[in-house]
Amino acid sequence: MTDRIVHMLVLLVLPPLLIGMINKTKAWFGGRDGPPLLQPYYDLFRLMRKGMVISTSTTWIFRAAPVVTLATVLLAGLLVPISRFHAPIAFTGDLILFAYLLGLARFFTTAAALDTGSPFEGMGAAREVTFACLTEPALFFALLVLAKASGSLTLTQMLHGPVGGFAAATAAPLVLVAIGLFIVILAETCRIPVDDPNTHLELTMIHEVMVLDHSGPLLGVILYASAIKLCILGTVLLHVVAPFTTGQVWLDVPLFVLELLGLTVVIGVVESVMARLQMRHVPYLLIAAMLFCGFGFLLLVR
Amino acid sequence: MLSLWMVLAAAGVLALSGLPACLLGSPSSTGQRAATLLMVIGSGLGLGGLVLSLGQAAPPALGLAWLLPWGQFAVTIDSISILFLGPVFVVPALGAIYGLGYWRSSEHPDNGRRLGLFYGLLAGSMVLVTIARDGVLFLIAWEVMALAAYFAATVEEDNAEVRRAGWVYLVATHAGTMCLLAMFALWRHATGSFALEPSAAALAIPAGVAGTIFVLALLGFGFKAGLMPLHVWLPGAHANAPSHVSAVMSGVMLKMGIYGIVRMTALLPVGAWWWGGVLLAAGAITGVAGLAFAIGQHDLKRLLAYSSIENIGIIAMGLGLALLGRSLDRADWVVLGMGAALLHVWNHSLFKSLLFFNAGAIIHAGHTRDMDQLGGLARQMPRTMMLFVVGAVAICALPPLNGFAGEWLLYVGLFRTLGPGPGPDLGAGAGLPVVAVAAVALAMTGALAVACFVKLLGAVFLGSPRSPLAQHAHDPPASMMAPMALLAAGCAGIGLFPMVASPLLEDAARTWAALPDSSATIASLAPLRWITALGLGLVVLIIALVLALKVLPRAKVVARTGTWDCGYAQPTTRMQYTGSSFGQTLVELFAFVLWPKRHWPAIRGLFSSSAHYKGVVPDTVLDRLVLPLFHVAGRYLPNLRVLQQGQTQMYVLYVLVIVIVLLIWGQMGGQP
Repeated sequence: MTDRIVHMLVLLVLPPLLIGMINKTKAWFGGRDGPPLLQPYYDLFRLMRKGMVISTSTTWIFRAAPVVTLATVLLAGLLVPISRFHAPIAFTGDLILFAYLLGLARFFTTAAALDTGSPFEGMGAAREVTFACLTEPALFFALLVLAKASGSLTLTQMLHGPVGGFAAATAAPLVLVAIGLFIVILAETCRIPVDDPNTHLELTMIHEVMVLDHSGPLLGVILYASAIKLCILGTVLLHVVAPFTTGQVWLDVPLFVLELLGLTVVIGVVESVMARLQMRHVPYLLIAAMLFCGFGFLLLVR
Repeated sequence: MLSLWMVLAAAGVLALSGLPACLLGSPSSTGQRAATLLMVIGSGLGLGGLVLSLGQAAPPALGLAWLLPWGQFAVTIDSISILFLGPVFVVPALGAIYGLGYWRSSEHPDNGRRLGLFYGLLAGSMVLVTIARDGVLFLIAWEVMALAAYFAATVEEDNAEVRRAGWVYLVATHAGTMCLLAMFALWRHATGSFALEPSAAALAIPAGVAGTIFVLALLGFGFKAGLMPLHVWLPGAHANAPSHVSAVMSGVMLKMGIYGIVRMTALLPVGAWWWGGVLLAAGAITGVAGLAFAIGQHDLKRLLAYSSIENIGIIAMGLGLALLGRSLDRADWVVLGMGAALLHVWNHSLFKSLLFFNAGAIIHAGHTRDMDQLGGLARQMPRTMMLFVVGAVAICALPPLNGFAGEWLLYVGLFRTLGPGPGPDLGAGAGLPVVAVAAVALAMTGALAVACFVKLLGAVFLGSPRSPLAQHAHDPPASMMAPMALLAAGCAGIGLFPMVASPLLEDAARTWAALPDSSATIASLAPLRWITALGLGLVVLIIALVLALKVLPRAKVVARTGTWDCGYAQPTTRMQYTGSSFGQTLVELFAFVLWPKRHWPAIRGLFSSSAHYKGVVPDTVLDRLVLPLFHVAGRYLPNLRVLQQGQTQMYVLYVLVIVIVLLIWGQMGGQP
């Protein structure tokens, strides 16, 4: 029971802090103080207390999309184990559900962008669905590697590894998969070099431009959902690159939170030292992710 | 036995349902209503028969002698037939009801009766195809089905495009039938009879002959099912047929090709591993390429047709996995692959019919099939759009609807080909990890499907109207809405409670292959109850979040304004992203398969005047391979016309000469 409560707490409370940490890192690199670490929480509370301005051209899709997105990432979050705990929901084949729940979120987010009739938002939606066609194969190569290395089709066991840890022979494939997954995370959570979450040039954005017309609580829900998405995808990656455990339950969770914060620092550093790629070069990066994961798969099953 | 007679009676009623209207003489709505009533009665009778046959221990069978020199009138309903008969008894009847509003005989006085006649004949012949257990009877039913579909799909034959599509279909379907003729001849030669029943003679077929029969079946049935590159007839025929005919062709008739492959592989001895490998690879290519073509289309019904090709690819992947499992003695692959394929047969018939019905409503409202001319229909047709969203989410295989349940089984099966690992989930038998790459192809089709259907949804229903074509649009009448609503309910029902189908699927898998391992059940391999639990959980969570947002004190709409225009003062609806612009990047990524024809605007001078961009994705196989081949044939083959005298006596002379040559060959010791 305790582990479920901890899981829910981490899943619901931690995510905005990760966004704050990324922004803080970027500010440090820029020689600024930056917004407070807890700024994303303040933003969410502020947005929840506002009214909404809605475009006259929109339909129920526009308002349903944020809610569906939040529901799907919450449900997906229940499938991913946090720290050494088992995920609250685990069954054979849940990895497919995990990937397809994120697909459902994408369906509604992009449909809502088209709902506004804005050319900019249409552009963002087109990019989102296009790039997903390249990240999805990478993700599934990674899932194949994890399934083979752990002999399981349950996310909990796949990420925790078999009893006694992953075999030595799986180390090289897992390293390749970790690199691929990191690129997938950057793309899926709209980070530089794929997307720039801070820019105000609509032509260069993907995710931010799709939600230009959302305001008030709906925007808050979207921001919250994307923070949760970052948290669960980061969790997946951490299980691959840093499966450390202290053996003490009460120490494991703080260690895990520290690892997540460390990952956000890395993402912040990547965002600070890299420029955003030209849009037509983004597919090459994503294909590289697919290649890393694909070669990982080949190495493992050869 | 009663159940079999009921199904046979249903076939008769369906096949003749259009006759009363023809007898009535003048075109009247009474005739159409009578036809619809007969379709519903026939389907009800058939469904009743299916339910009765479910409880029986041995499949009801019937064999009657007939006057033809070969074969006999042999029919049986086993669990494979039941699964394929389900859509046959559901979709055409709903289509007939839909036709009451969509193709009123008062609006189509010259072709309404013809459509009714061949529509019924199409449905009736498909019933016979699925229960026929004799090669000759099967071929007769097959040919009636093919021709009835031709006459039903080409009712608007005054349109040149319809004639062309019909012609391509006719050529393709007969190319397929030719392969089937060869296949049944070989079958007869190998087993000594035309009976399509498992027998000792069938199991003793040597591997080479069995492989040839398999390849011929794959080609012959592949033409009908639309496996790439045999799909050339499909986009044109589906786009140009009346929408309820498209729904029946796509939702049900394509599955007859799948049925043929399932039936023949069930009869043949266990084949080499390459049987499954070929089918799996063909399925994966068909899946990805089908959607890539779909994304490049402007015509909304052509897009749906290409998406049907993709779904056939997914079904073929399931069959390929099952065939591999049968060759390599992996019962779990057989159960999951066959279960996924057959469940997807049902699912596709539900959501694709829904989407084609929807397309018909859109065409009625907008008077065009070009989605770049439409837009903003959501406000005028809110209920149609709601049902479209259900169909689109289902066809993208997203939870909690039925497409997901089917593909999920297939994924679990494909992951189990990885071979044993440290944990228990992958099974103990030796694996074939290269097959697991198909899961990656399937994931790609998933992402492409989202792109494709968001494009369709956005271009047609969302945003603002791009042309005044649809300004008087409204939701269609109840006769068109009700069938769509029923199909949508079916999508949700199977999506939330897929385990209802699993006993039937397991039964069919065990009829298809003798499985040594009785412990391999769908429930033990892939816990479908979790899909139910999480599907319902997702629905509850969404409702809860909507309510939570409602109780937020100030979460109200405070202002309604235009869409944010980034400071541009005069936005117009023509600046919206169209379907073409939405898919352009993907079309470019897949340009190496699609070979799109593009016309770029030439910009001249500092203040360029109006410019024009045009991009079309034609069917690569048809336009670049088949048609050039026919042109070459058309140039050189006329030399053979010398033989074609136009005199019957000469033709009979040819027959005499050939028979004499064969006689001499036989005498000399050649094979008879």
